[in-house]
Amino acid sequence: MRRFRAIYIIWLRDLKRHFRDRARVFGSLASPIIFIFILGEGIGSSFALGSALGGLDYKQFIFPGILGMTVLFAGVFASVSIVWDREFGFLKEMLVAPVPTWTIALGKVISGATIAAFQGALMLLLAPFAGVNISPLLILELLPMMFLVAFSMTGMGILVATRLKSMQGFQMVMNFFMMPMFFVSGAMFPLKNAPQWLDGVSRIDPLTYGVDAMRAIMLPGYPNRFPLGVDILVVGLLSAVMITISVTAFSRQA
Amino acid sequence: MSAAAVIGRAAASIEVEKLSRHFDGLKAVDEISFSVGHKEIFGFLGPNGAGKTTTISMLCTLLKPTSGRATLNGFSIATQQDEVRQSIGIVFQDPTLDDQLTARENLQFHAMLYNVPREEREERARRVLDMVGLGPRARDKVETFSGGMKRRLEIARGLMHYPHVLFLDEPTLGLDPQTRSAIWTHVHELRQEYDITVFLTTHYMDEAENCDRIAIIDHGRIAALDTPGNLKHGVGGDIITMRAADVEAARAEIREKFNIEAAVTEVDEGDRTGGKRVRLEVPSGRTVLPQLLKGLATDVQSVSVREPTLDDVFLSLTGRQIREESADKMEFMRTRIRARRMRR
Repeated sequence: MRRFRAIYIIWLRDLKRHFRDRARVFGSLASPIIFIFILGEGIGSSFALGSALGGLDYKQFIFPGILGMTVLFAGVFASVSIVWDREFGFLKEMLVAPVPTWTIALGKVISGATIAAFQGALMLLLAPFAGVNISPLLILELLPMMFLVAFSMTGMGILVATRLKSMQGFQMVMNFFMMPMFFVSGAMFPLKNAPQWLDGVSRIDPLTYGVDAMRAIMLPGYPNRFPLGVDILVVGLLSAVMITISVTAFSRQA
Repeated sequence: MSAAAVIGRAAASIEVEKLSRHFDGLKAVDEISFSVGHKEIFGFLGPNGAGKTTTISMLCTLLKPTSGRATLNGFSIATQQDEVRQSIGIVFQDPTLDDQLTARENLQFHAMLYNVPREEREERARRVLDMVGLGPRARDKVETFSGGMKRRLEIARGLMHYPHVLFLDEPTLGLDPQTRSAIWTHVHELRQEYDITVFLTTHYMDEAENCDRIAIIDHGRIAALDTPGNLKHGVGGDIITMRAADVEAARAEIREKFNIEAAVTEVDEGDRTGGKRVRLEVPSGRTVLPQLLKGLATDVQSVSVREPTLDDVFLSLTGRQIREESADKMEFMRTRIRARRMRR
């Protein structure tokens, strides 16, 4: 009971903090807008991509990919904020409370996933402008998928946080970890014609499966790389492994 | 385990036996033993790096001892962590509030973490906030608070689960004199109101006088443990300090003629005149001084007599002044940065 409550408190605190910061809530829409409407429009109108995209408009094609990006960035950022808590003391208040350390890490994973999924859902508001049709049913299918992807991302975020001494190191995480994951995932281009090494790397990128699944759900006509079932299995398995490893690592270090 | 069940289990609130903590061969805390009674205000006094915070960390179960044992409210810090944690409230040196939340929210979260029954949370929050004079600010975000207000809020938060022992690690560090004295008023008040034992650390000598008993800690060991009065008494009456043209000659002369062992000390930079002084402890300054001045051939430029302070106690126990270390430049910077962070 007490453990559930501890997890709930950490979740509630993070959500309160997140939604109190309006700039963060809406500001995170800025880069999706740039990617879809500037990069998407520019590239889509300059190159003939017709056959590679299976007849889709480039904006439509990248929309699920950018959704994946939003979930990736929001999820990792939310969970890495545990470093911020450590630096500015609040973590100590939680560490000295009569609750096990793993509840703190798990609470952080769940709150990060909630925030990331919410930010993803918020981005769906842009879908009509990118020529992607959304329906209530589609949203119902997408939400669990976004949660699943978000869990694997926040799990990774906590793992990164155990190695990070201060928030300054986050820039490194961005450059060497999040950006490659995003670009390799096939969010911006189909990997059909990619050289073998790139194809290989993309297969070990968890985001590849997340983006693939979201594309399958949002763009029914598009010929997918993997069956949806495989995507869900891989992301689900990965989330479970990531969360277990990161929560254990965090508890051991704290 | 309810909050009420852990109250009043043992006669002594804290019992420590040969507790040690080593860091890579450095003995941060070296076989210390002491016990703190119920409702006592007990102070750990010593320079930075003496082992004060390490001791608190061990007693709060944040750090595992290298050897030795300790109980808190009758619970072992090694095997009954949750019970120990439920029995204590802590105010750390650095603020641990969430400044994006309101004062009330910070207290509510704390109450939930510590199993305070839902129906009591509101009432307790109001009570502790009123005690530290923050009642009207309950719904304000903590980021709008001054450093002193934050510290007061942290003390209030530490009381939310009605702990048996309250730990205060340098509770007045980085605060202005007025706020400092307000904090001390609260500390005395809460002993009356909450039936609580207070364990605190400080490196301010004048503040240590607020304690019932003081342990003077240096290099990880307890050099002395007694009431402030007894400690000062132990120094041996009054302190005479002299400025002389030749301090070494004066010292030799005092030993020869009066059979008193004097010391030559460096006066810290707080004193404008600076330089070396002859310092001696005598049973009664009033009777010794006239004879001393009459008998000395060395030229004495100035002289002062005073009753001993805890500074003198520290000096006579360790041969150093406590301020030597706290005036260290790095520490000064740290304190400044901390103070700025608290104001944010």
